[in-house]
Amino acid sequence: MSSVAKRALLEPVVDNNPVTLHVLGICSALAVTTSLLPSLYMCVALTVVAACANAAVSAIRHVLPSSIRIIVQMTIIASLVIVVDESLKAFAFETSRELSVFVGLIITNCIVLGRTESFASKNPVGLSFLDGVGNGLGYSVILILVASTRELLGAGTLLGYTILPSVADGGWYSPNGMMLLPPSAFFVIGLIIWAVRSWKVEQVEKPEFQIHEVHRKEAL
Amino acid sequence: MSEPAKEQGSKTETVARTLLVAFFVSLVCSSLVASAAILLQPRQRANAILDARRNILEVAGLFEPDRDVNQLYESIEPRIVDLATGAYVEDIDPESFDPVEAAKDPELGVEVPADIDVARVRRRAKRALVYLVRKDDEVSKIILPISGYGLWSTMYGFVALEADGNTIADITFYAHGETPGVGDFIAKPAWRALWRDKRVFDESGTPKIEVVKGRVSPGDPLADYRVDGVSGATLTGNGVTKLMQYWLGDHGYGPYLRNIQRGGGT
Repeated sequence: MSSVAKRALLEPVVDNNPVTLHVLGICSALAVTTSLLPSLYMCVALTVVAACANAAVSAIRHVLPSSIRIIVQMTIIASLVIVVDESLKAFAFETSRELSVFVGLIITNCIVLGRTESFASKNPVGLSFLDGVGNGLGYSVILILVASTRELLGAGTLLGYTILPSVADGGWYSPNGMMLLPPSAFFVIGLIIWAVRSWKVEQVEKPEFQIHEVHRKEAL
Repeated sequence: MSEPAKEQGSKTETVARTLLVAFFVSLVCSSLVASAAILLQPRQRANAILDARRNILEVAGLFEPDRDVNQLYESIEPRIVDLATGAYVEDIDPESFDPVEAAKDPELGVEVPADIDVARVRRRAKRALVYLVRKDDEVSKIILPISGYGLWSTMYGFVALEADGNTIADITFYAHGETPGVGDFIAKPAWRALWRDKRVFDESGTPKIEVVKGRVSPGDPLADYRVDGVSGATLTGNGVTKLMQYWLGDHGYGPYLRNIQRGGGT
């Protein structure tokens, strides 16, 4: 694999992660991460949609008039999402019910449209496909981390298997119910972003303004 | 990495070209969506039926994870009941009867009067699909579909009654939108177990069963009709109470269950 292709595939996993660096795709990260299994399906669904949408948009990039490019990209993404949603209903019925509307909401996931618009409309098909897979992987890494934390602390299980036996079942672990509610996903994502930016300091954003200068003026 | 932007510019930007591209993209996308929907439909239907059967088996206490659902389901006998009279209807095939479609039909459905519609059912089919479990040829359990509004949305479930048409064997909710970690206790085995051997009707035949706030005190004379609620989920509990009151009341399965109690349950 060429170094360009490798970068398109691997850069979004940590160095250019759509969730932790660009803070995109947060809504679904809140909604589906109460347990690990639906999150895994969500990861696969998003990766498939992002990769195929990127490839399709890239394939028609030379004939696509720029005046209608956004709506054409949305049409392609929406069609792919419907196909993925219908397939889940046919092949993973239980999980598709848990995911309910959130597979459909991949249509509005900023990661997918963001990549088709900023990458696929300017790059060749193969590279765009890899970029889609890479961004899907970046999203998946975060989703899996968040979902594992929430399921483990919120229910004491992983993928439904008991890891920390709960008090209700005669064990010692008292599940933290808050972990199953949406705000805790914010907390966990926040902690992950903190950890990543402490490790990769170049991801820290420059402060947009300095508030204490204003104070000094006021003092005068 | 990027290519030089839009050298072809003027050629792609004409109106005719724009319409042409829009048309072809729509054509390809719509055929993709349509073929996916049609090809996968039989499988989705089969899944939905299998899931419904599994829920019925679970509430009947017959579900075994290692065994084939369709095979186990053979011991369940679906029947159609006319809710107004409480009598069985023989001339409709239970396999083809869809209560959701029937509720929408002007002939087959009926509006629930607002003053008794505590569970916000609004409209229901005139006939209902019930399921009988037989043991040694005698009806041992009666499974009734129930639905009603909880805190956020309509909760759908089944209640299983013993052959006397009064004692509860189990209750289950297979589709609901109650708060995760709070209101979703209605689908948990620990709470479902509390319903076992509770009674629905008092001596006068009025449905008395209810979910209380907090715990049922041990000395409560009405303990047989009361189930523990969960603090923080009072409205979900109230929703369950109301749907039980409606569905087991006179406008729901009341007439049918009175027939059962009189010994007409076959």
